[in-house]
Amino acid sequence: MIEFKLPSLGADMDEGVLLEWKIKPGDPVKKGQVVAVVDTSKAAVDVESWQEGSVAELLVAPGERIPVGTVLATFLQPGESPGAARPVPAVAEAPKPAAPPSMAGVPAAAAAARRMASPAARKHALEQGIDIDAIIGTGPHGTVTLQDVELAAKAKSVAKPADKSAEMRKAIAAAMARSKREIPHYYVAETIPMAAALAWLAQENAQRPMTERLLPAVLLLKAVAVGLQRYPELNGFFRDGAFQPAEKVHLGVAISLRQGGLIAPALLDAGGKPLTRLMQELMDLVQRCRAGSLRSSEMSEPTITVTNLGDQGTEQVFGVIYPPQVALVGFGRITERPWAENGGLKVIPAVTASLSADHRVSDGHRGALFLVELRDLLQCPEELSR
Amino acid sequence: MTEAEIRQVVLTTLQAIAPEVEESELRPDRPLRQQVDLDSMDWLTFLVRLHQKLRVEIPEADYARLVTLNDVVGYLAVRAAQN
Repeated sequence: MIEFKLPSLGADMDEGVLLEWKIKPGDPVKKGQVVAVVDTSKAAVDVESWQEGSVAELLVAPGERIPVGTVLATFLQPGESPGAARPVPAVAEAPKPAAPPSMAGVPAAAAAARRMASPAARKHALEQGIDIDAIIGTGPHGTVTLQDVELAAKAKSVAKPADKSAEMRKAIAAAMARSKREIPHYYVAETIPMAAALAWLAQENAQRPMTERLLPAVLLLKAVAVGLQRYPELNGFFRDGAFQPAEKVHLGVAISLRQGGLIAPALLDAGGKPLTRLMQELMDLVQRCRAGSLRSSEMSEPTITVTNLGDQGTEQVFGVIYPPQVALVGFGRITERPWAENGGLKVIPAVTASLSADHRVSDGHRGALFLVELRDLLQCPEELSR
Repeated sequence: MTEAEIRQVVLTTLQAIAPEVEESELRPDRPLRQQVDLDSMDWLTFLVRLHQKLRVEIPEADYARLVTLNDVVGYLAVRAAQN
């Protein structure tokens, strides 16, 4: 028997509300399959399974608030029979605020069957993003009425945008206050000439169809991922008093949301991907992030964060580390600047890169060497394209 | 396609990316990206969608000419007429 738990979705998200099951008892489950949708203070997250098997039982009903680590369902391992001993669901031990009465504990079997509901109720539920199967009907033969849906909508506090924005601000505040309280930050910065990189990009983009053009941001991200391979002490997590280096570089990309706030989901294994693919994944990530549709692996796995202010930002940014990560790289706006070289003065495009890092894990000397490496990598853009 | 129709496509495309944009509050002769918070990714998405809807090529070298809403509409009208 496999216990399927709600994975960690980042330092500032320690609980969520189950919105929807994508599986039902008896269904086969593959690794990486999206099995549930959980709403957090920042976004609705598609929760993936990292195990293979078939669904034995769903233990949580849509509408319930669930802390990270809660057992959401049990799966049978391949070859296991359904008669195996059932573990005590951990959800019973977790502090569980009472769910609104209309959404309360619907047995999995009942949830799987199609509910009787009036067409108006069904339409309203769809508009409100409420699972009609999770509503207890008060009409004849348990039919779900419009009024039942309206009550459920009222109870579903997670859907209100004003609350959402306040909730996100609270989540950011909690993570950043923890960062500043626990992490002794140090900062280093370096101005990086960008003439070679921009010339290479212009030449490359002139040959590409519009849909495949590259932004300078993607070159910067790739350079960070490649540079980190020689600086493992900047890539990983500080947990339980010790540093755990990460095997791969999953770059958390800080993406600002139009309604305020930000999310930093991961570009997975950014160092191992060619630029074209990284660009496509970045565009996809930004669009899904703004549409509020992210995957659990993207939320839980960033090993370092990059904040890139882009061409509308300021020249410099010094970021706050996102715990339990140990470093953050910041890029300001690429601007033309006076540049002294070989006793002469010229004007070149340049970007200021900064590093905020955790002094419990690394020192300014190594942090500075990393930025110098980043500067050197960006002078050979064609080598980063692979 | 008339210039008015192109303007409408540009505005709809812009509002799909920045839903808070009101046409009445937009100064068509002022830099667009100073009025609407569009980062480089939003801007690229905006141009790619216009390219797809209007079947107009926009070389990267021309991006610098697309500053105001009027610039964008005028540029697209000329390019569309060349098609």
